[in-house]
Amino acid sequence: MYKYDQYDQAMVDARVEEFRDQTRRRLAGELTEDQFKPLRLMNGLYLQLHAYMLRVAIPYGTLNSEQMKMLGHIARKYDRGYGHFTTRQNIQYNWIKLEDAPDILADLATVEMHAIQTSGNCIRNISSDQFAGAAADEIADPRPWAELLRQWSSFHPEFSYLPRKFKIAVIASDEDRAAMRLHDIGIQLIHNDTGELGAKFFVGGGMGRTPMIGPEIRDFVPADELIHYAEACLRVYNRYGRRDNKYKARIKILVHELGTEEYTRQVEEEFAHMKTLGLNPPLAELARITEFFHDPAYDTRASDELDLTDPDFRIWVEQNTHPHKQAGYAIANISLKPTGGIPGDASADQIDLMADLAKQYSFDELRVTHAQNIVLPHVKKSDLYALWQKLDEAGLAPPNLDLISDMIACPGLDYCSLANARSIPVAQKIGERFADIGRQKELGELKLKISGCINACGHHHAGHIGILGVDRKGVENYQLSLGGSGAEDVSLAKITGPGFDEDGIVDAVEKVTDVYLRDRTDGERFVDTYRRIGMAPFKEALYG
Amino acid sequence: MNLLTGNDLKTGDVIWWAGHENWSLHVADAADAGDKGETILAREEEARRVNASYIVAAEMTDKGPMPLHIKERVRASGPTVRSDLAINTDISIVNV
Amino acid sequence: MNKTITFNDRSASDAAAVSLEGFLGASNATAVRIEPGEDVRELLPHLERLALVEVNFPVFGDGRGYSAAQILREHGFAGELRAIGDVLVDQLAYMLRCGFDSARADQPLNEQAVQDALNRYPQVYQKTSGTSPISGRRPIWEIRHE
Repeated sequence: MYKYDQYDQAMVDARVEEFRDQTRRRLAGELTEDQFKPLRLMNGLYLQLHAYMLRVAIPYGTLNSEQMKMLGHIARKYDRGYGHFTTRQNIQYNWIKLEDAPDILADLATVEMHAIQTSGNCIRNISSDQFAGAAADEIADPRPWAELLRQWSSFHPEFSYLPRKFKIAVIASDEDRAAMRLHDIGIQLIHNDTGELGAKFFVGGGMGRTPMIGPEIRDFVPADELIHYAEACLRVYNRYGRRDNKYKARIKILVHELGTEEYTRQVEEEFAHMKTLGLNPPLAELARITEFFHDPAYDTRASDELDLTDPDFRIWVEQNTHPHKQAGYAIANISLKPTGGIPGDASADQIDLMADLAKQYSFDELRVTHAQNIVLPHVKKSDLYALWQKLDEAGLAPPNLDLISDMIACPGLDYCSLANARSIPVAQKIGERFADIGRQKELGELKLKISGCINACGHHHAGHIGILGVDRKGVENYQLSLGGSGAEDVSLAKITGPGFDEDGIVDAVEKVTDVYLRDRTDGERFVDTYRRIGMAPFKEALYG
Repeated sequence: MNLLTGNDLKTGDVIWWAGHENWSLHVADAADAGDKGETILAREEEARRVNASYIVAAEMTDKGPMPLHIKERVRASGPTVRSDLAINTDISIVNV
Repeated sequence: MNKTITFNDRSASDAAAVSLEGFLGASNATAVRIEPGEDVRELLPHLERLALVEVNFPVFGDGRGYSAAQILREHGFAGELRAIGDVLVDQLAYMLRCGFDSARADQPLNEQAVQDALNRYPQVYQKTSGTSPISGRRPIWEIRHE
């Protein structure tokens, strides 16, 4: 994992003091709320439906047990004993006091963490593949590239007042576990013809009220031009992205309105200019960062054998572990989606336990996934049973990864001031309807995603089944959509038709899964069947 | 009737205007601001007794003043999915 | 009109700035004011005779002026670059790094707060256009590999 040097630490410490001063000025009345708002947002502090909410950055979703412990500490000391892991691989706390916020940032800084740019119209936390460094299918570890981008994007003088927020994802395998094409910039590491490692750029993807899949704008950017190219992409956006309408201000609208070709032309022109300025860190810097991400000291004699006689353990292994690049090891997924629970929430005690288990079983490392789960990336197969038993005791072993109950849900109207409808109660009811794990496994991989408003924080456009909560004359109403995907088979879901009330949407989900069970052919996932047979049979079942 | 709500600047707590310069955590204490809402809020924001404030349409019920819209009802009650954290437990979220 | 604050030893120019349109149409103006939607690259052929470029920030959240400043410095503009309008103390450090060397804010700025803001960060992560002595700070990555 990356370790701060004196410079990184000094920057984060300076930020804490800056925010302490800004908070003091706000409390003293020297700053108006209008002036303070963008400043607190750039430190992850929102004002939500019930209180201030603090979003803490977990760069590219990677953290160690000491950092995880700190997250538990903050939940306990400054919040109400829990935190919420988000689709941006971050964590947010719902009950923060403004007067405590500088102290929280100071506590975070002691473990090389921060809340810098987790909100605001700036470059947000860089996201990545939660299996980075462990996945059998990656061509390189994407995290050094993400770290390079993290440093470049932190306190960027030119790009801190963009037209709108800006999200970047970096992956390094053909399988996309980070919804890369649905980011403002999606980067896939690839080898060119001569075997050199570089970056393929996709620009202008996103969800929100106008979902778009990011088109490829360059097939190869060399490692020593990465920052130049990113600067070029951002400068064109900063200058020409729309600022007249908040809902048309994301880069996807600019790329769409200019056309991919024209946007690309402008970026290339800017890129040619950037290259003359020497703004890109040298390859030695990427090499320095990469050193921190070397493999842990695997036991090369670790056995691949696994005793699966305990049937409950067997189900968990089948569903929640993923192949590791190292023989004798597995990637273990901790589901934060218990039946009837709140997707992504974890108590301070659970956070502490996961930290301890990471230390004991996973070389001190954890990951947060965009699906709001936790990963222990490097677990010896011979330790899996002991790990599972400890997780199960703490309610952290639902064997439901990628199944219908492994839902993404935004906080919705229970917490969010932007929401139009509640998301969590719908998630809970669907989870209870499909509580039987045998039934879930029968349905197979099924990504269900729920947003409580059109801003789509719950990724409903990218759900095999998507649910969007809307306000219909003061009453919560839920629209159903089908056929989306945030993975390498990226696609945008289509609305089935008129919406449903809270109970009706649960029935509707059941009806569409029944159509799938009826019409599927061997090996087809829900989304495959939908793509083959189209919307009509589902509509017939729902409204016929 | 019109209620006034906002957040305590320091703590972020949801608060309701209870007349004069008073604010309460409980919607039951809320006072009707009539058509003086904007004037009162300007004054109270200036004095930093409230932050991010706004006017809420409400009705009088047997449990006291109650916002008409579900969003402010959730605001008044706390998250419906965490009744252990509720401030005002007897609020019906759904407008019946 | 509020006082112009300078970030360096240079004294503020007192040339009167004209609009971009006015500047491009006139042969003798030495100061120009750029609005957010205008293309600062139209000035590039005329940098030699410009003593002052004012970049207007009608609202502080509109960040186009930062790119305008960078572009001017990247192309060798050596005159005074002044941020005007809704310029707040918490934006000054970024402005300095994009090549601004003075500011005239609509709301008066507290001198001490200005100094604190400009000196807040011990280092920078990005290299910005190097032609201005004050914007061309050495980034952390360069210090790491010297």
